Amino acid sequence: MTLVDIAAGLAIPLLFPPLMLGVITRTKARIAGRRGPPLLQPYYDLARLLRKGVVRSRTTSWVFLAGPVVGMVTAVLAASIVPIGARGSLISFSGDLVAFAYLLGLGRFFTIAAALDTGSAFEGMGASREAAFSCLAEPAAFFALLVLVKLSGTYSLGSMLGPDLAEQWARGAPSLGLATVSLFIVLLAENSRIPFDDPTTHLELTMIHEVMVLDHSGPPFALILYGAAVKLFAYGLLLVRVATPFHVDGVALGIGVSLGELLLLSIVVGVVESVMARLQLLRVPSLLVGASLLGAFGVMLLVG
Amino acid sequence: MTIVLALVGAGLIGASGFLALSARSGGPKLADRVAVTALTAGASLAALAAVVALSNGDDEFAFSAGFPGGAVGLGLDALSAVFLLPVAVLTAACGVYSLAYFPGIEHPREAPRLRISFGLASAGLIVVLLARHSLVFLAGWEVMAIAAFFAVTAEERDREVRAAGFLYLVSTRASALCLLALFSLLWAATGSLSLTPLPVGIIAPRSQSALFLLALVGFGLKAGLVPLHVWLPPAHAAAPTHVSALLSGVLIKSGIYGIARVVSLLPDARLWWGESLLAIGVLSAVLGVAYALAQHDVKRLLAYHSVENIGIIAIGLGVALMCRSVGRLDTAALALAGALLHVVNHALFKGLLFLGAGAVTQRTRTRSLDALGGIAAAMPATAILFLVGAVAIVGLPPLNGFVSEFLIYSGLLRVVASADGAIWLLAALAAPALALVGGLALACFAKVVGAIFLGASRHRSQPASHDAPAAMLAPMGALALLCVAIGVVPFALAPALAAACAVVLGAPAEPLDAPFAAVSAVALTALALCAGVALALRARLGRAPLEAAATWDCGYVEPNARMQYSASSFAEPLVRVLSFALLPEVHSPRLMPIFPGPAAFHSDVVDAALDRILMPLVRAFAEVAGRLRVLQQGSVHSYLLYVWLALIALLAVTGAIG
Repeated sequence: MTLVDIAAGLAIPLLFPPLMLGVITRTKARIAGRRGPPLLQPYYDLARLLRKGVVRSRTTSWVFLAGPVVGMVTAVLAASIVPIGARGSLISFSGDLVAFAYLLGLGRFFTIAAALDTGSAFEGMGASREAAFSCLAEPAAFFALLVLVKLSGTYSLGSMLGPDLAEQWARGAPSLGLATVSLFIVLLAENSRIPFDDPTTHLELTMIHEVMVLDHSGPPFALILYGAAVKLFAYGLLLVRVATPFHVDGVALGIGVSLGELLLLSIVVGVVESVMARLQLLRVPSLLVGASLLGAFGVMLLVG
Repeated sequence: MTIVLALVGAGLIGASGFLALSARSGGPKLADRVAVTALTAGASLAALAAVVALSNGDDEFAFSAGFPGGAVGLGLDALSAVFLLPVAVLTAACGVYSLAYFPGIEHPREAPRLRISFGLASAGLIVVLLARHSLVFLAGWEVMAIAAFFAVTAEERDREVRAAGFLYLVSTRASALCLLALFSLLWAATGSLSLTPLPVGIIAPRSQSALFLLALVGFGLKAGLVPLHVWLPPAHAAAPTHVSALLSGVLIKSGIYGIARVVSLLPDARLWWGESLLAIGVLSAVLGVAYALAQHDVKRLLAYHSVENIGIIAIGLGVALMCRSVGRLDTAALALAGALLHVVNHALFKGLLFLGAGAVTQRTRTRSLDALGGIAAAMPATAILFLVGAVAIVGLPPLNGFVSEFLIYSGLLRVVASADGAIWLLAALAAPALALVGGLALACFAKVVGAIFLGASRHRSQPASHDAPAAMLAPMGALALLCVAIGVVPFALAPALAAACAVVLGAPAEPLDAPFAAVSAVALTALALCAGVALALRARLGRAPLEAAATWDCGYVEPNARMQYSASSFAEPLVRVLSFALLPEVHSPRLMPIFPGPAAFHSDVVDAALDRILMPLVRAFAEVAGRLRVLQQGSVHSYLLYVWLALIALLAVTGAIG
């Protein structure tokens, strides 16, 4: 691993993610016929929040502040496990996909705990939905990754998503196709996008992620927004690599292609959010179970 | 040498209650202290024996005194030592805890009896772990089982406790019957009662399968594998908390130990053994956590999590068995190491959680999750320690639960990656199931932590005025430290696990092929980054204007603590998704008129295995059995006649077969 790799591996997960949020917002604005905020607006928002003061609920304890901290740190760590393009990641070992899922789980646990710490009915509602939906999304993600494990014969993300991925598509295109769809659904669910959750809705009763963080403000809220962007980046990286298995020569070019694909993915997410309505909350579990079944079919197709 | 140490330790532990009895004249306080001193001294000796055995190798000891079935053997190998360590740790921790939780001065009637049964249960368990002869094993097993019955029913004046105790007694008798059959069959097939690995060819594969099945049912009853878990939740809820901790932490692991030991004896493991254990493990894990999610009582909830964790351990064991029978020993060792480490880990974090729950219950006088809330303000130390236990049991990094689940996942993933045939598909179905279990456990413990410690007090319990006493916090702190230590430096245990795996797999010990260093690095990085960001945030908030306000109420005027999301409502979406398995009983009112009157909503989840399957069977059986009552007239003469007739019938049957 060269110095460039390490520098890129450190800098990109830290700096790039908010841009994806900016692209999604811009896409939605364009489709709705508005001009939309600048692409760099998420960065401005973060800077503004970091300068602001904090209002804290009297009900809360230290857990309320631990939520944003743990959520952000685990998202960054999880993102540094996913390789950028066909090149290895900063952290890579056999079974690192389990660490990826469980690190994000740790972040979720503390985010939920922080929401419950406020003692608010609305935040409890959001926390309950977050816990329910992400626990149904977990098997879907695992089935999709298992397709890659079986095809590559390895179980570290670095080699599962390595240069041989194109050849694996040739062998198991149907399975990988199903896994890709399943991963996209998981990405939308885990990052609270439409059709699972509407990040811009104005009614607390129907929110999931946004309502969990109602009481946060100032720098802790900046950590939450930033952590959410990094999480989207991590899942996005995983998805675009599975979906576009091309091998690109050259470090800088490879990274550039991956980042370009991520921006493209952001546009796709923006389009999905513009053309779809949020699902009725009772219907969400069926979609997630459906995603798991798609992944399970993908695995079954590899028998023999 | 190590065996003598362990036996002396077991003797001290077993004698602790009697020593306290002899110190009765000095007052209940002295009796408490004598018992705890003996317990901790004995536990230290046992722990020392386990550590020495793990570093210096096996120890065996045998004497033949005309016992049937060969010499009376005792042994302390790596497998026994790995199980012995948590027994020692938890016995000492629960003993110290009982000083404040169940002091003789407050329970003059129950405490002396409980001290005796607690010590005997733990001592019996140690004998089970050391036994290399079926009769010694059974003796230890019965002492453990019967003593545990008296420990569970310590507060026997409560009707619920007596019912739970009876259920436990019935299932432990059924388990003992299976073990009796198991060892008789072993004797019949080999002519020996010693528990040493059998050479290939001495016993037919069909008999081996029968032995495995008997072990699965007999030990599965003790371990609490679904659907044999029915005794477990009521017994854990009824027992005094430190007994629940011991019961859930180590006693039920004797079942896992038994299965592992029996499997290590049999040379020709069939593929279906591992497959069925894996399937039962998945069923136990998923149903255990699903039932846990639906509970309102914190101790019942923790008990169902024991079913879940036993399921996770069974998944690891099952994968290991499957791999052993297809000759993939390195993969088998990975999954098995995960299962064995989970045995140790579960003892630590479940012990911690039960002790924490007991501390809260003692202060608030309620076990109902929906009545608690905001306890962290009054009991900050208990809250942090409970949180550590919760993160550990969910299997999240950087704590110990993650390490063992990671190893089990590694075994599963390696099977998927490189094995052929049907076993990779089974592993590919088990891994997402394990992920689902992880997600459900996360939801469940977020609910528990949130409902007990966070938010505002729901004012339906006695308010907690101050934190738990030091005698309760100290053992919890020690258990929490061990959870962190195993999570951060897991490689310290790797050689011990490898040696224990070698015993079960019947192969020379190989270093485990798992990235312990990477797991440790992830854990340490996560801890360091969290600490760094937290410090930076604190420095930043120190300068910023900090304003305290009420929780944002979304425009509603005067929200109050009762409007908080309760534990039941938190779990409701998942309970509804899982309702096809849980079959919740919902009593919801119909709000018909325009101005409806007061109404109440109530939902409950009863254990389907017990209330919907087992109890109707038992009732039907009792009815049939009731008709046979005419035979039972209380006359010894007619009983002798029955015995004689039965003997004749048996002779006729064996004569007809032979």
